[in-house]
Amino acid sequence: MNRRDLLKTASAFTALQLAGCATGTAPPVTRGRVVIIGGGFGGATAAKYLSLWSGRGLEIYLVDRNHQFVSCPLSNLVLGGSRRMEDITRGYEGLRERGIRLMGDEVTAIDTQKKVVKFGQRFADINYDRLIIAPGIDFMFDAIQGLDAEAQKTVLHAWKAGPDTVALRRQLEAMPDGGTYVLSIPRAPYRCPPGPYERACQVASYFKQAKPRSKVLILDANEDVTSKAGLFKAAWKDLYPGIVEYRPNSEVKSVDVKNMTVKTDFDTVKGHVLNVLPPMRAADIARKTGLVTANDRWCGVDWLSMESLAQPGIHVLGDATLSAPAMPKSGHMANQHGKLAAAAIIELMNGHQPEVPANIINSCYSFVSAREAIHVSSVHRYDAAQKTLVTVPGSGGLSSARNDIEGLYALAWAQNIWRDMLD
Amino acid sequence: MSLLFSAGTHAQNSPNQGRNLAAACATCHGPNGASRDGMPALAGMPSEQMSVTLKAFRDGKRPATIMNQLAKGYSDMEIEAIAGHFASQKPNASGARP
Repeated sequence: MNRRDLLKTASAFTALQLAGCATGTAPPVTRGRVVIIGGGFGGATAAKYLSLWSGRGLEIYLVDRNHQFVSCPLSNLVLGGSRRMEDITRGYEGLRERGIRLMGDEVTAIDTQKKVVKFGQRFADINYDRLIIAPGIDFMFDAIQGLDAEAQKTVLHAWKAGPDTVALRRQLEAMPDGGTYVLSIPRAPYRCPPGPYERACQVASYFKQAKPRSKVLILDANEDVTSKAGLFKAAWKDLYPGIVEYRPNSEVKSVDVKNMTVKTDFDTVKGHVLNVLPPMRAADIARKTGLVTANDRWCGVDWLSMESLAQPGIHVLGDATLSAPAMPKSGHMANQHGKLAAAAIIELMNGHQPEVPANIINSCYSFVSAREAIHVSSVHRYDAAQKTLVTVPGSGGLSSARNDIEGLYALAWAQNIWRDMLD
Repeated sequence: MSLLFSAGTHAQNSPNQGRNLAAACATCHGPNGASRDGMPALAGMPSEQMSVTLKAFRDGKRPATIMNQLAKGYSDMEIEAIAGHFASQKPNASGARP
């Protein structure tokens, strides 16, 4: 009898115990091991809610190469200068206090047949009953000519908050007044649709105050601003006239670090700081594990449980998934994926089919200045006929206008989502 | 007993419906609805008060920045399940650590 059979027996035994329990008050007794790769908005949330909802019945491992969580949401404020890295960095102690085992290491491979996770340095292989992969994104550097490893030292993306965020801020600080900051946006889908436009606002806010003759030039591969378009354009016009220039249909095809230029099909543009967001795809570990099902980029999932369409027993969360219709790749959405998966995994490990998932929400705030924010929201409901999550007709929407109140809500949102996933 | 009953039935009134629906709210309103930093706290709010408030947001009778947009994503039954869940939570308890 192998471990899996033992578990099945244990689950059956649990069910029998409950069936024989006349009062029906016994909590579900879930047993087994779940390993979670990726301690971001999706993975950390899944870890916490698996612990909470199983009454600590599950053995939970959370793996991340980073020892602290650094939030991408609000990281543009570090570029703008109104927040520091400490303000967007949190520890994993709260999860440890919940009995979750934290593994600060890099996963090198996953044996899906034997259900084993292999590590780079510190840890021996561990087996799992169910695996969650919440790996975020990696970049398609090859899609941009000249953006090799050497060029990447100068041309940053800073699209994963951390040392790159600080490095980009230093480039902006070192830039002379009268210089040009070039921000290149890839075709959708990419992580955080409104993020680049928020970044343009934050850099413009810094320039307005510290080097007002400077420019923010946005080269967008898309035909228009992909999120909150009217609100962002109003902010650029009202708050940063003469600073922000927006060019749609301008996909950057190559970079030249020696001359500090980027090329589109039509133009060669010179900048003092080049901030190029390459096209994105599910992170490497998802590819190596055979989870990518769409366009060689994204991982298809069963929205009842977030279970991979390619590898049974493995659940994929967050930006790495092939998004459901009108579902953005956002930290908020990943948090909701984590809860959906946690509820389903507990059912599955108790030998039940997952329930129809509860509605999930996206609320996304963007700061257009140091204090004023705007939002977009949506509610997503499982549609049994389409077998996916769809937006509830009439739900969701945009801010009526930018204001300070939404800025306060945006800051409260950040504090509460970080607590929701880490405390 | 109810756990076995729910197996494979996809019951609307599953034992976890309120808990799972309410989990979506915790993202902004804090763990189990125990908020900080200005987002209204939901934990311990009487069920009737929350149902009435959410329905007023949904039906445009109470102004809001975002809640009128979000409340439109929920039926009466879902709103009542959410309200029932938060009413049973302790105020300012940030998600019990069992």
